Amino acid sequence: MLTKSELQKTAVEMLSRAATTLPKDVVKALKLCKTKETNDIARLQLDTMLRNLGLAKKLRAPICQDTGIPIFFVKLGSELELNFDLNRALADAVREATRKIPLRANVVEPLSRANTGTNVGQGQPIIHLELARGKGLQIDLIIKGAGAENWSRLFMLKPTAGEKTIKRAVLLAIDEAAGQPCPPTIVGVGIGGSAEVACLLSKKALLRPLDVKNPDKKLARMELELKNAANELGIGPMGLGGRTTVLGVRIAKAACHTASLPLAINFQCWVARRASARLVGDKMKVEAL
Amino acid sequence: MAKVELRTPLTDQKIKLLKAGDVVSLSGTIVTARDKAYARALDILRSRKKLPIDMRNGVVYHCGPLVRKTPRGPKIVSAGPTTSARLDDMQMDFVRLTGVKALIGKSGVGEDVASELARSGCIYLAFTGGAGVLASRSIKRVKKILWRDLGPIEGLWVLDVKKFGPLVVAIDVHGNNLYLRR
Repeated sequence: MLTKSELQKTAVEMLSRAATTLPKDVVKALKLCKTKETNDIARLQLDTMLRNLGLAKKLRAPICQDTGIPIFFVKLGSELELNFDLNRALADAVREATRKIPLRANVVEPLSRANTGTNVGQGQPIIHLELARGKGLQIDLIIKGAGAENWSRLFMLKPTAGEKTIKRAVLLAIDEAAGQPCPPTIVGVGIGGSAEVACLLSKKALLRPLDVKNPDKKLARMELELKNAANELGIGPMGLGGRTTVLGVRIAKAACHTASLPLAINFQCWVARRASARLVGDKMKVEAL
Repeated sequence: MAKVELRTPLTDQKIKLLKAGDVVSLSGTIVTARDKAYARALDILRSRKKLPIDMRNGVVYHCGPLVRKTPRGPKIVSAGPTTSARLDDMQMDFVRLTGVKALIGKSGVGEDVASELARSGCIYLAFTGGAGVLASRSIKRVKKILWRDLGPIEGLWVLDVKKFGPLVVAIDVHGNNLYLRR
């Protein structure tokens, strides 16, 4: 049976890997950007990013000082028996990782702004639980810095707005955010559901690697069109001008009320940190991303 | 894209020679400051009191470092820039009252603030967001930590840096601003 200490150990490893290395698809996309830029300053930004990634990996140090807040997506098999508190295990992992890696203590009480010092607090770490069939367990992690998260948008569009208005809203959000979410970004888009589901979808969409195409053909086309249009905006790496403003656009959708069309946008900075692990037998296996 | 080596303290003369698009490598003393430190500095300066450090002709770095505690004191592990525009409401008063000559940060400041910065003779140097480990490598020494009660992210870190960069002159004092898209 899976134990608390095994799960905690796994989560610490996920946090450590995510904070210090980027998934291959993201590194590949950054390198590809460099070949497309003719602007010297844009190339210098991408060069600096790649140099920093090399150093972070070598020194096992967090790539960015804003080690963000961890967002856990847990897919729990409804037939899986656990004899420990999963929330507690993940919170303990965050405490441990904060001390060991170390991570910057970013979590504060929202009104007094008092720092908890552990990255654990009321409602933190954030855990989105989804029930699945069977006895499996999958944990996906995204690390979100504030620079990118602060540009999140929710639009409750008119139900008849349609694809054109959706695309315009996404491009407007990218244009308005400009250099601030640390481009080239990955832009998550959630369409439908409800206000909170659209927001959740826009974040969860960021989990799909850049080299995995959207299985929905219409969404795949919209993603590509939005990516190309965004890269025409001229924002460029870190907003200093250039051709690469987004590494990719990821869209996810859900059915919604006939009278509404929620649209949410979530940015992930170029330090697009994520990790995944799943249950194999009674051990958690951290995936090599 | 001229490459320039710059050393603190800065002078109007040194600042005027820099043009948007130049790439700077900076050596000397820099002081970190962000949201809470800006607010406290303004409270102090507006009531005509003195800051614990003289920032005249100095460089302020918009950064909240990631620090590891060691037996020999705090060691900075990662120290990239934070979003400068978050401080825009306080930016100009802070620059005028402290007399700093350069801001280092990421993603620039609002268009109006940029023009005012130029008029006040303060340049804006962009450091690549997320490049925290690279930044920490050029920090040679933590000279002082002030306002420790604000915590390690929000306090003032007085740092001795060597060849800090690459910093891009993004807003110069001649009216050029790389963040303005045409």
